[in-house]
Amino acid sequence: MKKIYNKIIQITGNVITVCATNIKYGELARVSSEYGDSLAEVIKIDGKRVYLQVFSGSSGISTGDEVRFLGHQMQVSFSENLVGRIFDGKGDPRDRGPLLTESLIETGGPCVNPARRIVPSKMIHTGIPMIDVFNSLVESQKISVFTTAGEPYNELLARIALQAKVDIIVLGGMGLRFDDYLFFKDTLENEGALSRSVFFIHTASDPVVECLMVPDLSLAVAEKFAMEGKTVLALLTDMANFCDALKEISITMEQVPSNRGYPGDLYSQLASRYEKAVDFEGAGSVTILSVTTMPGNDVTHPIPDNTGYITEGQYYLNNGRIEPFGSLSRLKQLVNKKTREDHRSLMDAMVRLYAYFQETMEKKAMGFRMSPWDEKLLRYGTLFERDLMDLSVNIPLEQALNRGWEILAECFLPEETGIPTKLIDKFWPKEMLKADEKGKAHQA
Amino acid sequence: MNPTYPFRYGRNYDQARTFKIKSVMENQGRIIGINGNVITIEFEGTVRQNEVAYAVLDNTYLKSEVIRIKGDRAELQVFENTKGLKFGDKVKLSGELLSVELGPGLLGQLYDGLQNPLRRLAEKSGYFLERGKYITALAEDKKWDFTPCVSPGDRVQQGDAVGSVPEGMLMHKIMIPFYLSDQYEVIEIAQPGSYGIQERIALIKDKRGNRIPVKMCFNWPVKRAITAYKERLSPTEPLSTRIRIIDTLFPIAKGGSYCIPGPFGAGKTVLQQITSRYAEVDIVIIAACGERASEVVETILNFPKLIDPHTGKSLMERTIIICNTSSMPVAARESSVYTAVTIAEYYRQMGLDALLLADSTSRWAQAMREKSGRLEEIPGEEAFPAYLESVIAGFYERAGQVRLKDGNIGSVTIGGTVSPAGGSFEEPVTQATLKVVGAFQALSRERADARRFPAIDPLESWSRYRGFVDTQTRKYILKTLAHANEIEQMIKVVGEEGTSLEDYVFYLQGEFFDNVYLQQNAFDPVDAATPEERQKRVFDLITGILKKWLQFTDKEDARNFFNRMRQIFLDYNTSPWESDSFYACEKKIKAMVAERSAPFPETALSHTSLAAVEPDMNSTLRRSDKSFQHEPFQKEPWDNIPEDEENL
Repeated sequence: MKKIYNKIIQITGNVITVCATNIKYGELARVSSEYGDSLAEVIKIDGKRVYLQVFSGSSGISTGDEVRFLGHQMQVSFSENLVGRIFDGKGDPRDRGPLLTESLIETGGPCVNPARRIVPSKMIHTGIPMIDVFNSLVESQKISVFTTAGEPYNELLARIALQAKVDIIVLGGMGLRFDDYLFFKDTLENEGALSRSVFFIHTASDPVVECLMVPDLSLAVAEKFAMEGKTVLALLTDMANFCDALKEISITMEQVPSNRGYPGDLYSQLASRYEKAVDFEGAGSVTILSVTTMPGNDVTHPIPDNTGYITEGQYYLNNGRIEPFGSLSRLKQLVNKKTREDHRSLMDAMVRLYAYFQETMEKKAMGFRMSPWDEKLLRYGTLFERDLMDLSVNIPLEQALNRGWEILAECFLPEETGIPTKLIDKFWPKEMLKADEKGKAHQA
Repeated sequence: MNPTYPFRYGRNYDQARTFKIKSVMENQGRIIGINGNVITIEFEGTVRQNEVAYAVLDNTYLKSEVIRIKGDRAELQVFENTKGLKFGDKVKLSGELLSVELGPGLLGQLYDGLQNPLRRLAEKSGYFLERGKYITALAEDKKWDFTPCVSPGDRVQQGDAVGSVPEGMLMHKIMIPFYLSDQYEVIEIAQPGSYGIQERIALIKDKRGNRIPVKMCFNWPVKRAITAYKERLSPTEPLSTRIRIIDTLFPIAKGGSYCIPGPFGAGKTVLQQITSRYAEVDIVIIAACGERASEVVETILNFPKLIDPHTGKSLMERTIIICNTSSMPVAARESSVYTAVTIAEYYRQMGLDALLLADSTSRWAQAMREKSGRLEEIPGEEAFPAYLESVIAGFYERAGQVRLKDGNIGSVTIGGTVSPAGGSFEEPVTQATLKVVGAFQALSRERADARRFPAIDPLESWSRYRGFVDTQTRKYILKTLAHANEIEQMIKVVGEEGTSLEDYVFYLQGEFFDNVYLQQNAFDPVDAATPEERQKRVFDLITGILKKWLQFTDKEDARNFFNRMRQIFLDYNTSPWESDSFYACEKKIKAMVAERSAPFPETALSHTSLAAVEPDMNSTLRRSDKSFQHEPFQKEPWDNIPEDEENL
């Protein structure tokens, strides 16, 4: 039964109010105005007053426009036909393909019973040492790239999407610049990966409410693919735009803001999306890799702060490099014991030494004389940054670990690294040790 | 499809009567407003604050709780997604407060915040948590071997055992329900044998002659503390967690409370997991409140395989998990911590030590904030409700060690993590928590970034409880660490060349202690957990080193010495207790130290030397070094350590 109303009693921001009965919370409606139709969603019911958030914005809507309730919630079509297609934040095609209406599924479905989850155990190899060695990406992980505007985060995402061995890539773009959208499209097309991708793209010029729909659409589709046994990688960029859209709506709705204007339920809103990352027992998995641009590179800003508590680790992308600090995801620890026995100890030792290197850099900047130990650290830091941190380095994990040992051996004595003796005995490059001794003898 | 009818009022008859709930189930209201998970209803008749109600959506019943009443309208928070509800939908009021079911069969279970058993729910409804699906918390078909311990004619009161059943490795006492506040006489008691939890195992009579049946299980409202004990004691007995930095420097006590605040990625959850594994208690209750589901999954899947070092049985047998992960309905987050603490109190009533680990209480506070915002209450700091502090205090105060009516002693220890916004401890939840807990284990991002685990910052943390190390030594170690840190800061400013060798060695000693004692490798089978006996031995060895005067030719020499020593000490830490390599390492360490140690030179002004030779450190330190006098009024972490002589 469709219900039609044509008296809008209030328009504030992107929210309109109509007097209506028998309307379900969360139901969709179609608002038809002179400037075209738009979907709207019920976000509050107060007696007979029904508040709707209009997807394409309220601009141009007249109080006499028609509001037609559809009797169902936000839905998205799900079938094999999705693959290779590009949609907008309403789920309408953005490419020239046909509109998909078959087998609709509701977005924002119930959460997975923790009793049916399994412990993630499969690593996703990316060929980027800073990820593979220092912060392994794991199937069903939810992880965010913390970065600032201007960093090559979309390039990083595209590269991971291309190199990761997954069945389906779902890209949710929020507030993307149009050229970034084209970049993703062209890159994936050129590499032949578009045929295993689904795009939900909201560009910066689209109505802001549509931005809110993108994660739900993307993840509903991703979840369905996973249920069918596919390994899905969901890329969400940039979640900061999603949070800002949330802020806009909550302020419009006169909610009490909690921190810098963001709604009090920001954590729950983000969590309900990120928690869609799952490894289904006996089926596929959803891995979520998102981008969070930090306003002013401030990690204590509510967006990165709440995200950090939800995601399992972060990649800090700074000055075009992923930093080795910050994230400590449990998942990484779980897979690292399976890769190679030295992985975990080597990683910890290298990070610890890199932290010392940064202290030394500070000292150097202040003009202190460098002790022999400082010199070692400086050498180490330079090699580390050149051979492992640089984003252009593209080597498999084994090779990256070996390179790590070589760097350590080039710079330090075994006992200076704090690595357990049995690993040193096994992995410390022997030739290097001899060369070192020779070098010392020569100097003497 | 038949609706899953959620009411079980017949069974709760006794309780209904005790709480003077007139009628169950006849009351109902209609929805007139929906805003997120808060609905407004119009009702007739009476409504009780915090009573449970069910919003009827087609064939499903969505559990909710009354949170505000105004005239003929009441506001309810719904524990489920409210999508699809509409104006005029029916809401049934149950008349009961939100309760948990207490009885044998709780151990090893995985519950959601409303005590729905998730495993059985998964068998029924598959991968997803469909809303409106509720099952009873305790399996009704399971039979328990009951042994009575009273006979007809005996006098009993609330909390008294009438018998027991074996549950896992412990004897689960079957008690007179806590809501029966009178004196009773046993009329009938069941013969030894096996019974289901809903079968009557005793019949008791009150003074007026009313006969009351007693079953193995009963309900208790989660927000009311169980007080069926004789007296509350002060927490004096240390609770060993086998984490060196905690047990040695910032100990927790049985019946105490502590909090672990820390920014994300600092290892709060890892620390909680390790504690849940190794803590020397009878029951561990993990309340995963608003955190990641995958962490819970890890516990669920690993615990059954892990062996409890104390009992030799699977760890799962002493563990109960209450999980309301971040994507599960927000309103149930609040109830999850109360569900957990109520279960902990129930086991305490049997004379057991229960440890409740709540991760994270900030999520619970945020849930309150969301609710408060939807109710349009006047916001307090950072939009948290004004009652935040009293609610947090009320929760932590449910920890405690008590003497029961039968003379046994039981305890509930509460450890809560706090996830401060922006990693700053100045925010309201951390501050409200700090006021009411007895120990504070601050995690720091700097330590986590530098891979120093556990990332508890020794300079910021404190504990009011006593551990196995005496007060003097604890203060001494903390001051040493603080001073080593001061030197480190100084080195950053004046450079190594501007630092005296003496100071530099002091700094290295501090670093060394941090590296090999405070840091612990959670992934090494031996190093992950250090029992008290071993801690004592290692601690004595290392304090011995710290108090020695060591001689070096120059800074390079000193650094090399400590690097080598660290390497041996790390091997020592990973050697099994009392194994050959353990003794070999110990011998090596002692030999290395002996080689370098010398008598204290006359001229030495360092705190090490003075502190070591003079027992009265306070006066010595004040006299000898100005660095401790900078801010005489500033409270230092060690000021919180109780003096040995004090009451306790």
